[in-house]
Amino acid sequence: MGTSILQYQFMQNAILAGLCGGITCSVVGVFVVTMHLSFIGVCIAHAAFAGALLGLWLGFNPLIGALLFSLASAAIIGPMTDRGELNPDTSIGIVFSLMLGLAFLFMGLMPGARTEALSLFWGSILTVTRQDLVFLAVTTAAIVGLAVIFYKEIQAVICHREVALAVGIPATVVFYGLLFSTGVTITASLQSIGGLLIYSLILNPAAAAYQLTYSLKRMLLIAIAFGIISCWAGLAASYLLDTPSGASIVITSSVIFGLATAFSPKRKVKRWRQVRLAG
Amino acid sequence: MDNTVIKIQDAVVSYREDVALQGVSLEVRKGEFIGIIGPNGAGKTTLLTVLNGLGKLIHGQAWVLGSQLNGRNGINLRKCIGYVAQVHSIDPRLPINVRETVMVGCYGRLGLFRWPTRAQWEAVDNVLEMVGMAHLSRRPIGHLSGGEYQKAAIARALVQQPEIFLLDEPTASIDPKAQREIMSLIQLIHKEYHMTTLLVTHDLKQLPPMCHRLILMKEGKIWKQGSPESMLREDVLSQLYEAPVAATNEIAPLCS
Repeated sequence: MGTSILQYQFMQNAILAGLCGGITCSVVGVFVVTMHLSFIGVCIAHAAFAGALLGLWLGFNPLIGALLFSLASAAIIGPMTDRGELNPDTSIGIVFSLMLGLAFLFMGLMPGARTEALSLFWGSILTVTRQDLVFLAVTTAAIVGLAVIFYKEIQAVICHREVALAVGIPATVVFYGLLFSTGVTITASLQSIGGLLIYSLILNPAAAAYQLTYSLKRMLLIAIAFGIISCWAGLAASYLLDTPSGASIVITSSVIFGLATAFSPKRKVKRWRQVRLAG
Repeated sequence: MDNTVIKIQDAVVSYREDVALQGVSLEVRKGEFIGIIGPNGAGKTTLLTVLNGLGKLIHGQAWVLGSQLNGRNGINLRKCIGYVAQVHSIDPRLPINVRETVMVGCYGRLGLFRWPTRAQWEAVDNVLEMVGMAHLSRRPIGHLSGGEYQKAAIARALVQQPEIFLLDEPTASIDPKAQREIMSLIQLIHKEYHMTTLLVTHDLKQLPPMCHRLILMKEGKIWKQGSPESMLREDVLSQLYEAPVAATNEIAPLCS
């Protein structure tokens, strides 16, 4: 790739968006993966998408709609799963289908061409504006800052939520904080990665890192590295192959996950000879 | 409240339509070792959750360590209460090791915006040594057996430096050798630290000799209580469990 492309403002914005998106999505992804909240994340991603479409339909900033919807869905799902009135899968499934339904409803009600709405489906890192970038950078700083400040509380909740509660940690507040952080991260990355694809960037780098280490700190660093590589390599592939950027980023992250799983030391099984020698 | 560390008056706890505790009243003195037995669904675990502020009373009052539980002070009281639950299922790939899991016990007392000191890590190592888990300190927590996991849970409760020790069937679902080791450990801890201890168990033979009082629970109520000798009788146990139960005349001396 010729380096002249890097002189353009849109490409510089895209690289910075990839850096910030890669970091934020991966940090949140580590907490989502280790706490087995994958489906909750998918649900929040769709809620953000529905909110953004509502914003477009009614003529206000789609990011505000996405933020409100993602936070609202986190606020609904949290208590529903906590109180156990419904099976967590059922309650999340209901909110998920509602959000998907609302997304298509808002899209159907939108007059005229739906180019902007459709762009929210797959996003475009190449059209990220300065304003989007500032929002993404502030979100990245906030998420990373919170993860560092509350690392020990988050680690305790990941270890076991009931145990965290029993030793006097405000585990419920930490859990809801993680759900809201997921919502904010999805909102901030919606424009660049897209409503349907964002969740892969949250899940794949973290799931890949999960295959490679038994240390939470190392998992965070590996996931961040994978997230950034996914964004930048996807961006390069998109430029070279003239493919949609969001899809290229997500496919790159999936390839990284596939490789990490294939070479995961956690999957290694002792051969009979090793067992016999050890015995 | 003189020597009383736990006082419950007419406690009622309900989970939707089921009443888990029905008018339970109880007083526990400092340093007492209390065994709690009873059939499944008798309210034993609920009683422990009331004491650590996680169970919500719909009627009655509870005082723990001189403070009346009111839904707001539970989090502070839990920092002074060591709680060991039954064996949890843990994801074997969880990226947290035994040493880190035990350190979680310190986090509540440590509070927000503060990090564990070297002295606290040393305390964790000492406790792991005490429970015989030092050689497994770097092992992922999900790689432990049931017995090892419970020893780690006891270590976690100990680094909390609790004043009250609540044990909810710590030997459930683990093999007899590990059960014996864990009960010995509990006995050793009580001897060493004189903590007020409440132990819920189904295994009558595992009750330690220092057990001061045995509480028999049935249908959400304290059905009977008294010395282990007076409670561990065939007629009493058979009535409690509504099935023939052999009396356990001797309590095995576990701790050498």
